[in-house]
Amino acid sequence: MTRITVKVDGSSFTDEVEPRTLLVLYLREQLGKTGTVVGCDTGNCGACTVHLDGRSVKSCSLLAVQADGHEITTIEGLATNGELHPMQQAFHENHALQCGYCTPGMIMQSIDLIADNPNPSDEDIRHGLEGNLCRCTGYQNIVKAVQAAAAAAPAAPAAAQHSAVGGAQ
Amino acid sequence: MTATEERPATEIGASRRRKEDARLITGRTRWTDNIVLPGLQHLAMVRSPFAHARITAIDTEAAKAASGVVAVITGADIADEQGALPNAWAVIPDQKAPVHPSMAVDHVAFAGEIVAMVIARTAAEANDAADLVDVDYEELEPALELKAAARDEVIAHPDLGTNVSAVWSYDSAESGTGGDVEAAIGAARDGGIVIEKEFRQQRLIPAFMEPRSIVVDPTTEQMTVWSSTQVPHFVKIFIALVLGIPESKIRVIAPDVGGGFGGKLQFTPEEVLTVIAARRTGKPCKYTETRSESLMVAHHGRDQWQQVTLAANADGTVTGLKVELIADMGAYLGLVTSAIPLLGAFMYNGIYKFPAYHLGITNVFTNKTWTDAYRGAGRPEATYAIERLMDELAARVGVDALEIRERNWIKHEEFPFSTVSGLRYDSGNYEAATAKARQLFGYDDLRAEQRKRRESGDPVQLGIGISTFTEMCGLAPSRWLGSMGYVGGGWEHAAVRMLPTGKVEVVTGTSPHGQGHETAWSQLVADRLGVAFEDVEVLHGDTQVAVRGLDTYGSRSLAVGGMAVLAAADKVIEKAKPIAAQLLEANADDLDFSGGRYGVRGTDAGMTMAELAFAVFQGHKLDGSAEACLDADATLDPDDFSFPHGTHLCAVEVDTETGATKIRSYVCVDDVGVVVNPMIVEGQVHGGLAQGIAQALFEEAVHDEGGTLVTGSFDQYLVPGAPDLPAFETARTETPATTNQLGVKGVGEAGTIASTPAVVNAIVDALRPLGVTDVQMPCTPYRVWKAIQQGAQEGAQQKEARS
Repeated sequence: MTRITVKVDGSSFTDEVEPRTLLVLYLREQLGKTGTVVGCDTGNCGACTVHLDGRSVKSCSLLAVQADGHEITTIEGLATNGELHPMQQAFHENHALQCGYCTPGMIMQSIDLIADNPNPSDEDIRHGLEGNLCRCTGYQNIVKAVQAAAAAAPAAPAAAQHSAVGGAQ
Repeated sequence: MTATEERPATEIGASRRRKEDARLITGRTRWTDNIVLPGLQHLAMVRSPFAHARITAIDTEAAKAASGVVAVITGADIADEQGALPNAWAVIPDQKAPVHPSMAVDHVAFAGEIVAMVIARTAAEANDAADLVDVDYEELEPALELKAAARDEVIAHPDLGTNVSAVWSYDSAESGTGGDVEAAIGAARDGGIVIEKEFRQQRLIPAFMEPRSIVVDPTTEQMTVWSSTQVPHFVKIFIALVLGIPESKIRVIAPDVGGGFGGKLQFTPEEVLTVIAARRTGKPCKYTETRSESLMVAHHGRDQWQQVTLAANADGTVTGLKVELIADMGAYLGLVTSAIPLLGAFMYNGIYKFPAYHLGITNVFTNKTWTDAYRGAGRPEATYAIERLMDELAARVGVDALEIRERNWIKHEEFPFSTVSGLRYDSGNYEAATAKARQLFGYDDLRAEQRKRRESGDPVQLGIGISTFTEMCGLAPSRWLGSMGYVGGGWEHAAVRMLPTGKVEVVTGTSPHGQGHETAWSQLVADRLGVAFEDVEVLHGDTQVAVRGLDTYGSRSLAVGGMAVLAAADKVIEKAKPIAAQLLEANADDLDFSGGRYGVRGTDAGMTMAELAFAVFQGHKLDGSAEACLDADATLDPDDFSFPHGTHLCAVEVDTETGATKIRSYVCVDDVGVVVNPMIVEGQVHGGLAQGIAQALFEEAVHDEGGTLVTGSFDQYLVPGAPDLPAFETARTETPATTNQLGVKGVGEAGTIASTPAVVNAIVDALRPLGVTDVQMPCTPYRVWKAIQQGAQEGAQQKEARS
């Protein structure tokens, strides 16, 4: 067992973990962060995407020990004071989800995407979401949602999501 | 989250944002794998690496001794307990099928079949120990290639003696719904047109995003089973029937379910085994599959060869269609495996007036993962065949492919129309949908561009593909299902409960997993009872709450389940009437119900449903002449199917040097009747298109020569990503169905059914001048390139032969 200390959605945790424990399983099983889900074993689907120090990572492709000393944001930490993150709101407004299983990862990746490229073309968005699979929507409304969020928060970088929430609406 | 939306004049027709989203976008979700219970144990399955083998020995000692292991169970251990998995559809009375165990006892029939399971403290310990289970196999030759299996060259189940499960046919001459197809073909050979083709429906994997998961708690009075399923009501009854547990002792819950597409319309070995594990140990147990397990063993879809013969007059009027197909059941029959070809059997004539029709189906076993429903289930196969054929016919006659369809389709004034396959199409307007699609697509301009590119010998050729589809959906009239050999019914159930504070609970027997029933059913009830959309709560997916139901599949939920909800709401209004009359001191005949209020005609007196609900709750002023309850249940069995239709137009650019295909534009005009929530309908179409396009271009479940699935991860099984798909242009025409009170049809499968032939027709259209008349799906760059080379070669040979 290895001792790690991580900050997840604003709270600090110090835990003993097996070195082989994947970050996603640590989040789900030890911290109860079940909003983040597992969709594949191979890093293809992106359902488990979270932010590590403000950048998107696939939490099935990292070990929990690699997160030691880092700050993680999951889908559960995006909304602040009951206010949805603009990307969450955009997914809702644009019907960018159906079953919702890929949605946490899709939202986390989309936030990262517009942090890198605040004015993306539809093509940029499609390529930026290449690592996140959705089986329900055909992606069209996801692209629309990301465009809407980009338009609503042109100056909000992903790393500052928490402060961006209030002013973006 | 709906505060920013204005209240629409009527809920039906409003693009209400979904109620479901609140939990799904914040991670406040209830996936089965999220469930943790005190003392929860975890399962891992040991699966056969061989497609066909005898189990000669299993050594579980090392696994049993491993840390955290509670038990290791083999097929022999539960041979008397596990029963057999059900097939619910005997397509013929003497249909042949092997016994389908949840865990193999001595014979494995596909790679991935379960041979043992480990119950342990943690999932990691269970998986570690599963690796220690030592199984000795005697390998047998597997039956893998479908056509060879149909000839019984190798037998998948030696005890069965044959691979043929059932042979079924429909003949319009025998059934009195049309003429003799052989006569039509014979006549067409003399001066008419006969087109003979063979189409391959490749094997597909539903590939829902949430891997299947089951949690069983045996400590509750009713054993509680959470399952990631489309069909909690089915699961409940089959646990009872298969394991001999009284149905009244079982509660099944489908919590949030992450997609299904037919893939979770099943009663699974893993469900049975998790129940057995929990029952044997007396502790809660959980099994969650990995993605590679899911791709390998969760039932597959499609997998048919279709031999088709189309006969027509020289002017392109079709005179007959004959189809002979063989369908791969895989190793076993699942719930409706045997009936998938049958669900397409009545749709091969599509939207057309064919005078003669014959279909023969041969269901065949192989040593591959069992197949069953996948989005469209039988109807995509039928639609593909006929829509590909209509394009070939147009090419032979030398007219535009839209023109050839118009010559053959049912005109709008001819509805209701009795088809050559014996169905009654209640309504439709193919002219209107086609005209709209043609205009949105810019059909004439694209044809002009195509001509230019052909003339200039552009290495990138433009192709235009057409699919004018219809489908039968809204499964289904119980009488029809019974007559076709299905053991169950097709009704649906709902309840509407008026709460004392004026809020409304709606209980539905449908089991949504992405379709948005919580939103759409709220709209239905808000309109009908005159209450606020926000005041309606839709409950589903728990057999203790939704006591009766037949769940969600076959584009049935709105046309059957939604209409049951309306029927229950109507009963609530009826039950409220005598109570309102009494409280308003009026004659019931003088009351009108409008806008959620019973009013006394000609006066201002009246009571809202909320006021009535509270008065009933108090009971103070009721005189006992009417039942003091407004709640109502309704069961609805549909009179007939509904028949959505539409015109899909696809433009592709094919690089003739590399074989790469790019969809340039995709326009579809669907007619799904009256629409409750246009936003949800459009979303269903988008997702359906994606899956149909994926069959045309990307997806195929491939097994190696030993029968091992080689497309066993998302690295190899190519579910399209965002860059692989175009932006779709969708529109609608609205021809109400006449088979239900709202005029709705189904939409869940439409996009998938329509789009596959549109894409392949476009590719073939692009390459026809190069001598290409077909490309087998998925139309990968290699296959397209090869078809171009072949076309060129054949062209050269023909030229040589002529000179």
